[in-house]
Amino acid sequence: MLKKEIKDILLSSKEAGWVLEPEAKRILFLSGIDIPRFTWATNLEEALQFARSTGYPLVAKVVSPKALHKSDIGGVVVGIGSDDQIKKTFHRFSKLEGFVGMLIEQMVSGLELIVGAKMDYQFGPVILLGIGGTAVEIYKDSSLRMAPLKERDVESMVKALKAHQLLEGFRGSAPINLRELTRMLMAFSRLIMQLEDMIESIDLNPVLCSPEKCIVADARIIIKMEEESVTP
Amino acid sequence: MKFKSLFEPKTMAVIGVSLNNDRHPANVIYNKTNLRYPVKVFPVNPKGGVLQGERVFRQLSEIPQKIDLAAIAVRAEYVPDILTECIQNGVGGATVISGGFAEIGRKDLQDRMVSIAQEANFPFIGPNCLGIYSPSHVDTFFLPSERMVRPDPGNVALISQSGGILVDQMIKFAEEGVGLSLAVSIGNKALIKELQLLDYLAKDPKTGVIAFYMEGFGKSEGRDFVLAASKCPKPVIVLKAGKSPGGSRAVSSHTASLSGDYAVFSQIFSRYEGVVEAKDEHELLPFCEALSCYQTAIKGRIGIITGSGGHGALAVDACSAQGLSVPTLPEQKQKGIRETLSPSVQPIASFGNPIDLTGSAVDDDFVATAEYLSKTPEVDCLLLLLLPYLPGITSDLGARLSLVYRREGKPLLAYVPHVDKYRMLIEGFELNRVPVSHSIEGAVLMAEAMRRCQSC
Repeated sequence: MLKKEIKDILLSSKEAGWVLEPEAKRILFLSGIDIPRFTWATNLEEALQFARSTGYPLVAKVVSPKALHKSDIGGVVVGIGSDDQIKKTFHRFSKLEGFVGMLIEQMVSGLELIVGAKMDYQFGPVILLGIGGTAVEIYKDSSLRMAPLKERDVESMVKALKAHQLLEGFRGSAPINLRELTRMLMAFSRLIMQLEDMIESIDLNPVLCSPEKCIVADARIIIKMEEESVTP
Repeated sequence: MKFKSLFEPKTMAVIGVSLNNDRHPANVIYNKTNLRYPVKVFPVNPKGGVLQGERVFRQLSEIPQKIDLAAIAVRAEYVPDILTECIQNGVGGATVISGGFAEIGRKDLQDRMVSIAQEANFPFIGPNCLGIYSPSHVDTFFLPSERMVRPDPGNVALISQSGGILVDQMIKFAEEGVGLSLAVSIGNKALIKELQLLDYLAKDPKTGVIAFYMEGFGKSEGRDFVLAASKCPKPVIVLKAGKSPGGSRAVSSHTASLSGDYAVFSQIFSRYEGVVEAKDEHELLPFCEALSCYQTAIKGRIGIITGSGGHGALAVDACSAQGLSVPTLPEQKQKGIRETLSPSVQPIASFGNPIDLTGSAVDDDFVATAEYLSKTPEVDCLLLLLLPYLPGITSDLGARLSLVYRREGKPLLAYVPHVDKYRMLIEGFELNRVPVSHSIEGAVLMAEAMRRCQSC
C-alpha cells in the first residue's frame, strides 16, 4: 500500500508536473532509501541552524517549482564551508524565479550512478541503472530491466554496464557496496510498482555509492500527465 | 481460442471471389488452395454463379459442409457482417486479407470486428495481411503460386507484422535450406497478436523455433510477450524494426532519454534466456537456421577447420567481432591432430586454431580433424570452412561430416559457397540436419545464436 504521505506529495505536485527535491527526498526516505541529512530552509536562520548542528561541508540547492534543472541556472553550490557562504548563497538563490526556499544537506561522496524508472508504453515500469552525474547523457552507459526487480537482476544490471569495472573496484579503488546498491534498488523497485499510475519517470541522479553506502544526492520525479500519452 | 482450424483446415470458404477478375486476391487464394492443397475449398460471392465450373455460393449457409477456415477478401465495410455470418454458421476461424481498417484511420471498423469475434471466442488473423502459409495444409497468401518461393517443410515458425518481409524471408529460407512449420502474416493484429501465436506454437509439435518480425507492441503487450517467451520451451527469435529514437517528443528526465523504445526493447529481450534478438535481417536467417538444428547452449569457444588460410583469418575476425573466442590448442592436441592427417598434409598444415589443412587436404583429413576436435574440450563448437573447388574434396564430405556430429554431439557449422554445382555437398549437410551458410559471417552468426540462446 502506498503511504498516504507519499500520495499527498504526489497529488500536490501535479500542477508543477514534478516533485520538488525536498519532497522527492521525503518520498525516498519513507520508502527506505538512503538520502543525506537535509533541511528545507525557508529563511536564513534555519539554514544556519542546520549548519551548526551538522557541520561543514554542505551542499545547497535552490527549491523552486520553476527550476527543474537546477545546475543550469546556478542553483547548486557544493562544498559550502562557512556561515558566510551560506548567507551569500541563500541571498543569491532567493532572487531566482519561483524561489520557495533552499535545500541544505550534508555532502556525500562516492561513485556517481544514476538509478531511474520510466513507465514504458510497451513494457510497463522499467528500471535503469547507469553511470550518473551531470554527464550522464554523454556516457549513455546504462542497463534496463522490467520492474519489479529480483535481487539477481542487480548483479546482471551492473555487469551489463560498459563501465562495470568502476563499480567492482578499479586500479586500487575499493568496490562499491553491492549489497547496499541491491537493497536500494529493491526498495526503489517496490516504490515504482506502487507509483505506476501516478508518475511518468524518476531520476535519482547522482546516487553516490561508496564501499559503505549508496545515498541519493538528487531526485527528480516527473508526474504523469492527466491525458494518456498518444499511442505510437 | 482454438487455432487448429486456422492452420490445419479441412474445409475452407473463400469469401469475395470475383466472377470476372482472375487476379482478385480471393480468386488467387481460391485457385492455389483448390489446385494445390488437400483442403476442400468453396468460393463465396453474394451474386452466386459459376467459377471455373464450380458453383459459387451466395452465402455460407448454402455450403453443405462445416467450414474450418474462411479467407475474407471483401471491402472493409462488409467485413464485420461477414464475421457475424461466419460465427452464425459455425466457421472455425478466419483470416481477413482486406485492408482499410486501423492502418487508414478506420479503427472503429477494426474495433467492431474485434468485439464481434471476442464475444463469440472466434479467432481471426489480420486484417490487412497475407494470412496463413501452412505447408501441406493451406496457403491464404494472395500471391500466385508460380511467383512464390516455398521453403521445404521444417520446424521454424515465422510470424510477421509485415507480409512483404515474411515473403522475402521465405525466399531466403528456401535459398538457405531452412524449413518452415508455419508462416503467418498478422497485419494489423487486431485480435490475434504475437502473444497468442507464441502460446499456440509453444505447443505445436511441428515447430521447434519461433521467429518474429515485429514493429511494435500495444500498451504493456511487450511485457506480456517477453514473460511468455521466457517461459517458452522453444527458442524465440525476434527481429524488431524501428530502432531509431522515436519522435521528437521532449523528454524531461535522463531516464526517459536513455530508455527510448528500442533501448528498452533490446535490453529487456537480452535479459531473458531463450529469447534471442536478431539485430538485423542478416542475423535472422542464420539464427533460425542454427537453432532449428541445434538447441545446445555453447560458451562460444570455436574450433575452426579450413582449407584456406584466408578463410580461417576472416572467420577469426568475424568470431572476435561477435565476442566468440577461437582458443589456441595446447601443443599436445596440435600434435594429436597432425598425427591423424595424410602424410602429404602433415608437414604443411597449421594446427594452432584455425586449423588450416591447406588446399592439399582430402575428405579424410577434414573428417579426422573434426573427430579429434569433437573430443577436445577446449572448443565447444566446430566451424568448417569448406571449399568444394579444392581437388581433394568430394561431394561426399557433407554427409560424412554430418555423421561426425551424430556420433560425437558437438555442434558443427559449415560454410560452403552456395552455387548449384556444390548442391550435393550442401545437401549432405542439410539433409542430415547440420546447418550450412553461404557466407563465413553467416556461419559465425549461427555460433552466436547458440551462445545467445542460453536456455537452449
